[in-house]
Amino acid sequence: MRSDLDVDALLADEGKHVIACCGSGGVGKTTTAAAFALRAAERHGRRTVVLTIDPARRLAQSLGMEALDNTPRPVEGVWGGSLDAMMLDMKRTFDEVVVSHTTPERAAEVFANPFYQAVSSTFSGTQEYMAMEKLSQLRDTGRWDLIVLDTPPSRSALDFLDAPARLARFLDGRVIRLLAASTPGSRRSMLSMMGASAAVFTRVFNKILGGHLLTDVAEFTASLEDTFGGFRKRAEATFRALQGDQTSFLVVATPEPAAINEAMYFSRRLTDERMPLDGIVVNQLTPVLSELSAERCLGAAASLEEEDSEHPVAAVLRTHADLARRRAAEERVAARYAAACPDVPQVRLPVFGTEVVDLEGLRGFGDLAGRA
Amino acid sequence: MSATAPAIPRLHIVTGKGGTGKTTVAAALALALSGTGRRVLLAEVEDRQGIAPLFDAPPLPYADRHLAAGLDGGEVFAQALDADEALLDYLDMFYRLGSAGRALRKFGAIDFATTIAPGLRDILLTGKLKEAVGRSESGRMAYDAVVLDGPPTGRIVKFLNVTVESGRLAKTGPIGKHSRSVARLLHSSQTAVHLVTTPAAMPVQETVDACRDLDAADLPVGHVVLNKVVGAKTVDVTGEQIAAGLERTGLPAGEATVAALLEEYRGRQAEIGAIDAWRDRLEELGRPVEELPLLTDGVDLSGLYELARALRASLGRGGRDAV
Repeated sequence: MRSDLDVDALLADEGKHVIACCGSGGVGKTTTAAAFALRAAERHGRRTVVLTIDPARRLAQSLGMEALDNTPRPVEGVWGGSLDAMMLDMKRTFDEVVVSHTTPERAAEVFANPFYQAVSSTFSGTQEYMAMEKLSQLRDTGRWDLIVLDTPPSRSALDFLDAPARLARFLDGRVIRLLAASTPGSRRSMLSMMGASAAVFTRVFNKILGGHLLTDVAEFTASLEDTFGGFRKRAEATFRALQGDQTSFLVVATPEPAAINEAMYFSRRLTDERMPLDGIVVNQLTPVLSELSAERCLGAAASLEEEDSEHPVAAVLRTHADLARRRAAEERVAARYAAACPDVPQVRLPVFGTEVVDLEGLRGFGDLAGRA
Repeated sequence: MSATAPAIPRLHIVTGKGGTGKTTVAAALALALSGTGRRVLLAEVEDRQGIAPLFDAPPLPYADRHLAAGLDGGEVFAQALDADEALLDYLDMFYRLGSAGRALRKFGAIDFATTIAPGLRDILLTGKLKEAVGRSESGRMAYDAVVLDGPPTGRIVKFLNVTVESGRLAKTGPIGKHSRSVARLLHSSQTAVHLVTTPAAMPVQETVDACRDLDAADLPVGHVVLNKVVGAKTVDVTGEQIAAGLERTGLPAGEATVAALLEEYRGRQAEIGAIDAWRDRLEELGRPVEELPLLTDGVDLSGLYELARALRASLGRGGRDAV
């Protein structure tokens, strides 16, 4: 039998320094991350920072995150501990990585490369990689005792785990080395045994992609040569750090089949990777306040409607029956997760009345989670 | 294109913010479009496999496959589009690579090519869509309509704006050339991009933004679908009335029960009241706004057909051609 997730115990646990909220898009990840961070600061007196990826505009405004300077800023109006907030600037974080791993001359070379510009702003996986990078930067400063991370809005929650490795593998991969080798002026030695396939490859792909692109990639690879080691080492260190018991992963989902399925896959992956999965937050359940059964209410509504087809109390009873049935369907979907991942504590949160756009809303959401 | 009679869209691209029910609406639209004797292809991208579970079907393959019976005897086929497979198809078509193509894949070159040029993925995927729209079988169109469960609103313009993306690739290469004909289709009245939203602030805002961006990119916006709408008009009722009604029907009529029922009903009234405001906001976009009900028991196969019928009825209002 699953236990219930005790949100307050988790937020108060001084052994936990990172809480990562994961899940597919549209499940309330950002709200959950921000509300939990605020509660950790106010209820549990922790020095907290929340790293968000793509918050709704009004929430960002109320957290004072409009300034895109890629640095955490204190949130005004927080009592108890402290809360800083920042929004990830993917491009700037990538720039910082390059600067910190190479000479100024080489960095300038990298920045000027058109392919770098594409990689640092649109490459799939860059955002996930940079979220991890920023996370380790924040950890290294020691300024906070709790970092709450809102993971990128991936098409699939698994991207968060896979993308950094994919990017690192790509930058260090066989094809890119081959390309670098076949580009004149490269500092890499020619891998002659691969020469023939390289020629075929280059010919076909130059036609498709345009010659300049392959050249850019090769130059980019060459200028990043020194930083590869640092790149990989850092990604691996961050990944390992996430496996430690100072970290908590929380999966966030809504009680809909697609979101719950995604949550199940992701939970299995976390377990396989030996990542500490501490709970699932099922958001946005239909609130039901009375325990009257849907069936009895429908029967009563029908008999009232026999007297008066627009009996106002019949409308009230039908509304309750509708809410109760909807909630029951949602609980069934959430129960699928409980059946598949029996050891993962759950917390189920009803829809929070209004949309969360300010500290007051975040507090209300946090209270709901604390009470649940 | 004739100026007097705009073509009926044959390519329907469904987009929306995550969680709005984009996949469900795409599936319901495919069912709704597959009337008597009509064949519709329902496609998805990015290996999401969101369609198959809706139909209790096994994962979709790269090649099209029969999925379900449409409304009134039509048929729905489905296909999972994949950029790597599409690139191999192209290489095969233009360079007759045959097994060499497979070798390139093994070597990691296919993955590499679609990775270094992220725009290439979108060109390949939209290229496959165009191919499906134009596909013919024994002298007739294989599909009367193609419905795509598209990328979310945040990425839709980039996904469809293939001319911009292809500008970054080889202009003279076969894919570059092909992408221009894909762009012609996507920017024509044969295509309609439908925006799915729920009655809530963020999804509506994203819909408004996406509509503006699609307009700016000269991509044809079709319908706005307001999904998960809680129905019924509401009436005024007091606690005393509820208590009396409960008593008369033999239900427990304690104070707490009455208060709870009243609060639930007030919540519902507020929800329905708010929907009008969101609907007004969406109607300002000047596109037809269709509404789909929130299904009490969640979306299962019969719920999906219910949505399809609702969609067909509301699309039918503006005449058959309005779709």
